[in-house]
Amino acid sequence: MSTLVLVLVTGVGLGALYFLVASGLSLIYGLMHVLNFAHGVFLTLGAFLGWEVASRIGATGWPAFLLSILVGGLVGTAFATVTELALIRPLYERHIEQVLVTVGLAFAAVALFEGIWGSDPIFITGPAWLDETTTLLGARIPNVYFVLMIAATALLASLVVFLRYTRYGMIIRAGVENRAMVTALGIDVKKSFTLVFAIGGSAAGVGGVLAAHYTGYVSAHLGQTLLIFAFIVTVIGGLGSLSGAAIASVLVAVLQQLANYYLGGTGDLIVVVALAVVLLVRPRGLLGRRPA
Amino acid sequence: MSTILEVAGMSASIGSQQVVESVSFSVPDTGITAVLGRNGVGKTSTLRGILGLIKRKGEVTLAGERIDGLPTHRIVQRGVGYVPEDREVFASLTVAENLALAERQANPRRDFVAHLFPDLVERRAQMAGTLSGGQQQMVSVARALLNDNRLLLVDEPTKGLAPRIVNEVAGALEEASRTVPILLVEQNLEVVKRLAKDAIVIDGGRVVHRGDAREILGDEELTRRLLGVHGDAPADGHGTEERA
Amino acid sequence: MSDFIRTWWKLLAGVAGVVFMALLPLLNISVPGVLPTPTYQPGTLALLSLAMVFSALALSYNMLLGTGGMLSFGHALYFGAGAYGLGIILANFGVPLWPGVLIALLGGLLIAIVTGAISMRVSGIPFAMVTLAFAQAGSVLVRRNSSVTGGEEGLSLNTEHVPDGLVGVANTRNLYWFALGVVVLVYLVALWVDRSRLGHLARATRENELRIRVLGLEPTRARFVLFLIAALSASGAGVAYILLQSGTVPRAVSADLTITVLVMVVLGGVGYRWGAVLGGFLYTILDQRLTVLAGSEAIEGLPSVLRIPLSEPLFLLGTLFILVVIFLPGGIAGTVETRWLQRRRADALTELDDDADEAQRPSEVRP
Repeated sequence: MSTLVLVLVTGVGLGALYFLVASGLSLIYGLMHVLNFAHGVFLTLGAFLGWEVASRIGATGWPAFLLSILVGGLVGTAFATVTELALIRPLYERHIEQVLVTVGLAFAAVALFEGIWGSDPIFITGPAWLDETTTLLGARIPNVYFVLMIAATALLASLVVFLRYTRYGMIIRAGVENRAMVTALGIDVKKSFTLVFAIGGSAAGVGGVLAAHYTGYVSAHLGQTLLIFAFIVTVIGGLGSLSGAAIASVLVAVLQQLANYYLGGTGDLIVVVALAVVLLVRPRGLLGRRPA
Repeated sequence: MSTILEVAGMSASIGSQQVVESVSFSVPDTGITAVLGRNGVGKTSTLRGILGLIKRKGEVTLAGERIDGLPTHRIVQRGVGYVPEDREVFASLTVAENLALAERQANPRRDFVAHLFPDLVERRAQMAGTLSGGQQQMVSVARALLNDNRLLLVDEPTKGLAPRIVNEVAGALEEASRTVPILLVEQNLEVVKRLAKDAIVIDGGRVVHRGDAREILGDEELTRRLLGVHGDAPADGHGTEERA
Repeated sequence: MSDFIRTWWKLLAGVAGVVFMALLPLLNISVPGVLPTPTYQPGTLALLSLAMVFSALALSYNMLLGTGGMLSFGHALYFGAGAYGLGIILANFGVPLWPGVLIALLGGLLIAIVTGAISMRVSGIPFAMVTLAFAQAGSVLVRRNSSVTGGEEGLSLNTEHVPDGLVGVANTRNLYWFALGVVVLVYLVALWVDRSRLGHLARATRENELRIRVLGLEPTRARFVLFLIAALSASGAGVAYILLQSGTVPRAVSADLTITVLVMVVLGGVGYRWGAVLGGFLYTILDQRLTVLAGSEAIEGLPSVLRIPLSEPLFLLGTLFILVVIFLPGGIAGTVETRWLQRRRADALTELDDDADEAQRPSEVRP
């Protein structure tokens, strides 16, 4: 019983991490039809710079941890914003090329990170509490999972509030449905392109710092590994659907953890099988809109 | 009588396919001007080309200023309201949100819209996707009427609507046209007769005729030749609207 | 008439190119700064062989992207299937080389049938994501089952059943000719695909799926067959790869490799066969030269702001790739053909984009 609780709770925690990456991907795809391969490097840079700051002011203290999250978020935001303005915007409406430049950016950035921080993982430390466990229904859950869940819940809540109650949120929701009509109402939809990149980047940057604490290290490939799972999550959840991404993040991660514990560590493969099944049964994903 | 919109030699294309071929016409600054023509001759594409929603070449002048180089949102900001074919309301947004998105000025004409479409006030909180076709059309027209525009581009506002709703929408346009000129694409010739002063006839992507709307529609021979229908019957369409 | 001349001229240039490449191991040509050694020595022959293998892979990828308009991130799976397939067969079943090659190719084809059938349930960007996921699964399988695949260490070629003429540094020349044979074969397949009804159908589908359906043809099947041919060609390149490198590493199935091939094809020019070949050569040689440059003293002496980026070949290649995408949308071949040869030809990628745009506006052009 306690094992099952452990598996389920860690699954939800991992799902929270996926959501930090997938939410941005999903928003960006939904509004701009851009598959953002560079999303993983936003995360990686957030993790590296977050760690650089934390390690300078005493990595085991809470101030360093909180500051590193802030730094990660800011770095992710800045990186993503610059990416949108410098690389995506000049290729307006050329979706394939937009995908290609993000591929190129990811390719180049990973190599640059290796040049700066080396190709071996850098093991990191944080507040001791993160490594301790809390007993829940007999299962000893590492505290880092709770931090992930809190972060993802806070992100989801603020995204929902933003999308539902602000004018920009309204523009984004309308743009996901029908971008041309938004411009035909006199609204400059490009501003919201930059905005979704910035939001996605900040979530990814925060996700990077937390992912580093979750795995215990930072490496140049940290983001790209998570990115593949985030892609799977967004396809299963339904491309462009935020709530779909949230649900699929948890489902996929729980499934993955279950398979890892009970089916001999086959979690990664089960996830791909799940993707295949969803595509065969429901190609548009759980909550995706019917293709036009 | 002066003109609000001048289109000179405008061509437009979708993908690699040219759908409008060098059309030229002008729209007077009062009343309703109808754009007529058979299905698929490029009426919708003409409106979309003016707005820059599809690729276009040629000169388009709004109130003396060139707008053919501007992106869509800037054209709209200069005072062009657009009611698209098939309404294109945002289905997952509420009626209130659909209308709020369209508001461009500090004091939008909410009272005027509420007076024209009292239904929409009642249904403020309803998702636009759950409205009937007629109500969606009202949302779409209302979005264009909320601002003080210099010109409205209205595309088939009565398509697929019940006669009572057709009447209501036509009435709203008639009332709006007292303060703003309208360029109207409309297949229902009764509505055209009721509303339009002038008409432009497009065939094969070009303007082939222009003149007084009632005169054109009164001339059976001309109507049959240019529109492929009798003056009093709605155009039949082959189910493939504007698939140039 | 000019078309006729052009066709013959191209044929002649192609044959001359192949003959020249075939003679290289017998010649003593030095190109300092580009090739590490004179052309008859193993150093250069190995580099050129690798370039040819990647050219073959790039050609197969161009069938997907250039002809079929399918953006796949999982193409390395079939390359890896050829490489690992042959390696595993030779190591475990005592089968001679050529039957082993045949089995490896069939294995690659089988994987392509299963994964292709599923991923073609979607198209466009979702297709890209799904193919990526499949390649990732392949990569996980390879890394995890180290008893069969050698795991992270890679799998070295068991040469027991490989003819002596294809083993060892002394026979680099023979391997070179083998690689040349593979790239010529894949080129001919690509040529045939482009000229055949299948290719026309796939291209037409890319431009207007609707019209094809109206004509009563089955676009999905054409694309599926194209996908299988491309996968099979990639497996062939994989077979050549393991023979050439005397082994294979997990990178051969990774998304990284697919992206590398994508970079080659885009550099060379999407939709141009000779562009794909050129891209394969350019990438492989640049990668090798930039790596040499990274270790050079000139770079060592620079301040770290310059030294770090300059000593990462992949950073430079990625940057080059971005610049090509933004400033040379047709790649090298596209730019040459449209600017210098004054050939009017719509850019393949732009056509894809137009498609995507139309699909987004349901109310406008769909019945």
